[in-house]
Amino acid sequence: MKEGSEGLTVVGKGMPKVDATLKATGKAVYGADFSLPGMLFGKILRSRVPHAKILNINTSKALKLPGVRAVITGRDFPWGLKYGFTAITRDQTPLAQDKVRYIGDEVAAVAAIDEDIAEEALDLIKVDYEELPAVYDPFEAMKEGAPQLHDHVKNNISASQHLAFGDVEKGFRESDHVREDEFTTQAIKHGFLEPHASVGLWDPSGKATLWGNKQSPYIVYRKLAMALGLPPSKVRVIQTYVGAGFGSARSDPFALDFCALLLSKKTGKPVKFVYTMEDVLVMGEMRHPFYLRTKTGMTRDGYLKAIQAHAVADGGAYSTIGPVSIALPAFFIDIPYGVPNVLYDGYRVFTNKGFCGSLRGHCIAQLRWALGQQLDMMCNDLGLDIAEVSIKNALHPGDQTPGGYRITSCAFTECVEKAVEASGWKEKKGKLPPFHGIGMGTSSFITGVKLSGHNSASCVVKMNEDGTASITTGATDIGQGSSTIVCQIVAEVLGLPMEDIIINSGIDTDFTPIDPGTYGSRVSFYSGNAAKVAAEDAKRQLAEVAGKVTGAPPEEMIFKDRKVFPKNNPEKGWKIDALIRHAQHSMGRESKSIIGRGSYDSGVDFIDFKTGRGNISPTYTFAADVAEVEVDPETGKITILNAVGAHDIGKALNPTLCSGQLDGAWIQAQGQLLFEELKRDKKDGHVLNPSFMDYKMPTSMDIPLQNKHIFVESIDPDGPFGAKEVGEGASVAIFPALGNAVYDAIGVRIPDLPITPEKVLKAIKEKKEGK
Amino acid sequence: MKQLMKFNVNGVIYEEEIDHRRTLLEVLREKFGLLGTHKGCDEGQCGACTVLVDGRAVNSCLVLAATVQGKKIITIEGLAQGEKLHPVQEAFVETGAIQCGFCTPGMIMITKAFLDNNPNPTREEAKMAISGNLCRCTGYFQIIDAVMKAAKKMRKEA
Repeated sequence: MKEGSEGLTVVGKGMPKVDATLKATGKAVYGADFSLPGMLFGKILRSRVPHAKILNINTSKALKLPGVRAVITGRDFPWGLKYGFTAITRDQTPLAQDKVRYIGDEVAAVAAIDEDIAEEALDLIKVDYEELPAVYDPFEAMKEGAPQLHDHVKNNISASQHLAFGDVEKGFRESDHVREDEFTTQAIKHGFLEPHASVGLWDPSGKATLWGNKQSPYIVYRKLAMALGLPPSKVRVIQTYVGAGFGSARSDPFALDFCALLLSKKTGKPVKFVYTMEDVLVMGEMRHPFYLRTKTGMTRDGYLKAIQAHAVADGGAYSTIGPVSIALPAFFIDIPYGVPNVLYDGYRVFTNKGFCGSLRGHCIAQLRWALGQQLDMMCNDLGLDIAEVSIKNALHPGDQTPGGYRITSCAFTECVEKAVEASGWKEKKGKLPPFHGIGMGTSSFITGVKLSGHNSASCVVKMNEDGTASITTGATDIGQGSSTIVCQIVAEVLGLPMEDIIINSGIDTDFTPIDPGTYGSRVSFYSGNAAKVAAEDAKRQLAEVAGKVTGAPPEEMIFKDRKVFPKNNPEKGWKIDALIRHAQHSMGRESKSIIGRGSYDSGVDFIDFKTGRGNISPTYTFAADVAEVEVDPETGKITILNAVGAHDIGKALNPTLCSGQLDGAWIQAQGQLLFEELKRDKKDGHVLNPSFMDYKMPTSMDIPLQNKHIFVESIDPDGPFGAKEVGEGASVAIFPALGNAVYDAIGVRIPDLPITPEKVLKAIKEKKEGK
Repeated sequence: MKQLMKFNVNGVIYEEEIDHRRTLLEVLREKFGLLGTHKGCDEGQCGACTVLVDGRAVNSCLVLAATVQGKKIITIEGLAQGEKLHPVQEAFVETGAIQCGFCTPGMIMITKAFLDNNPNPTREEAKMAISGNLCRCTGYFQIIDAVMKAAKKMRKEA
C-alpha cells in the first residue's frame, strides 16, 4: 500500500491555520508594524527619466533641511558591486550608480526624523542626467543600433533559451494538420496588499540586521551581503508576517532594504522604510509580457507529433531571475502531453521599463495560454474532442519525457476524466446556445524547482517537558499555510494533537535552519519532508528511551494520543511528557534532550540549461480545468458561470487550505485573463495606472458564479504523506480553459490578453461583418 | 498645526495633541498603537484599513481624524472579549478565509457592519457587501463562506 491515506489523524484533515487567530484579531506583526526605539524614517528618490547617465547628484540642500539625518546615493555603496541571480546576471546595484534605466529606478535615499520631512527632502535632491535614447518594445530593442541598456549585453538579449528534442520538421511532415499562431500576454503585478516595509539596524559590532516582510529571507540575506560587500554572517534577516507574495517581488531585496541598512550605519539609528502602493506598482518586479509564436502538428486522429515555440519576453531593465523565466516555457513544452519532437527558441529582452521576474505560474502560464488554445484550435479544425485528445497524449506514471523528466506520480488522465464528468462537458460541448461557451485547459507544474546550490530544506523538532513539540522550520509562511501543514506533519508523526505543536512565526537567518525560500512550489514537498524527517528523528530518540523503560524493542513503539507504548502491550506505555522528562532528568549521565533534526533534498540532478536535459523537479503536478462562460453581445462582458478543476496534487494535506490555494490561483489568473494590465505611456514607458483605482484586480463581484475543485490524490512516492505542490500549478490550466470557453461562446479567437469587453465586442462585430 | 483631540476607540478614551492633517488610520496606528488596522493602498481602494465609526464601516485612510472626535470608533482590536473571539472572527478562522491575513481585519470589520444591519443575508448580498475590500489570496470564496457562517453564529447568539 502506498503511504498516505490510511489511519491518519491530523494530516489530510481540514483545519484552521495555526496563525489564523492572531491574524483575525489584528495581532500579527507585519512589515510596517515593526518598530525600534529611536527609529528614523526613510524615503527613496526615483528616476523621472527612462534612460540616462547620472552626471551628478547634489544632496546638500536636502541635508540642510531640519530633521534630515542622512542622504545617500549610489556612490555610498561599494562601487560596481552588483547583485543578481547568477554570476553572469548580476546587474543591479542598491541605488543607481552610473545610469538609470527606467522611470522608477532608485537614485537616492533620505533618512529623517519623520516621513514628511524625508519626503520633503527628496524634492531638494538635484540630479543632473545626460538623457539617452530609450527603448520600450522588445522587438525594437533587439535590433542593431537600438539603445543599449547594459554595456556588456549586446542587442539587449538578457537571456536566451534553446531546446530541441527529436526532429520537429519530421514531426510536422508526419502530421495531418499543422497550425502556426501568435499569442501575447501582458504585464501584471503580483498585487499583494501589503507594501514592502523594512527596518534596518547596523549595530556597532558591524552586524547588519534587517526586519522585513520577505517571502524568501535566505535569498534576501545572500543578496544583501553580495551588494554590501559583507560576509553573509554579518547580515541577518528577520522576517515579519508577510502580506502575501506570489513571486520574486517578495523574494528579492530592493532599494529600501539596502538603504535602511546603510542609512542606519551612517546615522547610528534604526531606519524604517515603508513603500507606498504607488512605489510597489511602479517598481519591478512584475510578470513578463510574452510574445509567443507556436506551431503544433497532429495526426488526424489526434496524436501530437511536434510542437515548436518561438518566445520573446519583455524583461524590463534588469535580469533578476530572467534566465529561469525564459527557460521554463522550454522546460514545460512537452508536459503534460508526450510529444516526440519539440523545438523552442526563447529570448528575454531588456527594455527601459520596470523589471520582470517570477509570478505564480512563472512563465508556464504564458506558454499554456498559447499551446492550450492552439490545441483547441487543432481539435476544432479536425473535429476532435480536446478532452479525448488530452487523454490520448497524456503522460503516465513511469514515463520519461525526451529531456529526461521522470514522471513518478501522475493522475493526469484521471484529472481530465473527472473535469469532464463534473462539468457536464459531454452534454455541453458544442451544444450550448450562442454567446454561451465551454472550454478545457490542462497543465503540469514543478514541485520544487531544482536550480542552483540552494535546494535542501531543514527543520528542528524540540520535545518539551510538558509533552508538546516546538518546531523551528526554515520555511516561510506568506499566507499559503506552510506553518500549518508543517505542524500537521509533525503532529501526525508524533501522535500529538495540533494544539500541542508550536512553530516559529518567522525566519531569522541567524537561527532558523537552512531553507531556500518560498519559490518554485517547493515548500510542502521540501520543507514538509524535512519536518517529517525531523519528527521521525525525535520519535526514534524517544522510542529508544521508551525501549529502556519498558524493556520492549524501540522499533515496536507506537506514538498515539500523547502516549508511547509497545505495539503489543499498550498498558505498559508512558505518557509522552513523562517520557521526555525521564529522558532529560532521570537518566543521569545518559540524560537526553530530545531534539529531532531533519534535512531533505530530493536527490534530483540539476537540469542542463544548455540542452534542457535532466529533471527539473522531483515530481510534477497535473491539472485539467473546464470553464463555462456567458458573453453579453451588447457589452462584451464575460461572466464565468462555472469553473471546474481537477488537480493532481498528490495528497491534500489540509483540504481547507488546498481549496483556498486553488481558489486564489484561479482568481488571480482570472484578473490577468479578463482585465488586469499594467499600462505604460508609449513615449517614456512610465506606468499609467499606479493605483488600485486604475490597476484593476478582481473583487468579490468578479468571481465565477460557481466553482468546484476536485483533489485527485495520486499519492506521490516521495512527497510527505504523498503531497505535491498546490496553488501555483493551479493558476495555469485556467488560462487556456477560459480562452477556449470564450472562443466557444463567440466563435472568434482572442489571442492577446487580457480578453477585455472591447476586444470581445470588436471580434463579434468583425465576425458579423464577415471579416 | 497640532491641536488637542479626544477619541473614543474601542471604549477607551484617547486624548492627544494631534496634527489636524492626520487621517484616522495614521492616528490609530502611529499614536494609539492599534496596528491591526492595516495600511494597504492609503487611498480608499483596498479596504484593508476598514474600521467602524458609529457602526458604519469606513476606510480610515480617507477620514481625517479631527472629524471623528466624539464618535464611537471600533477597530479589529475591539471585537474579541478577552480570549473569546467575536463570531465574525471565529467564522473567518474556521472557514479558511484567512491566508496572508493582511486584508483580514478590514474584511472582518466590513462583515460586522454588514451583519449588524442585515443578520440574515443571501450569499449574493454577502458578496456585494465585501466587494469594496480587496483580497489577493483567497479568491473570495472562503471569505463569502465565512460571512454566511458568521451570520448564522450571530443569529444564534442574538
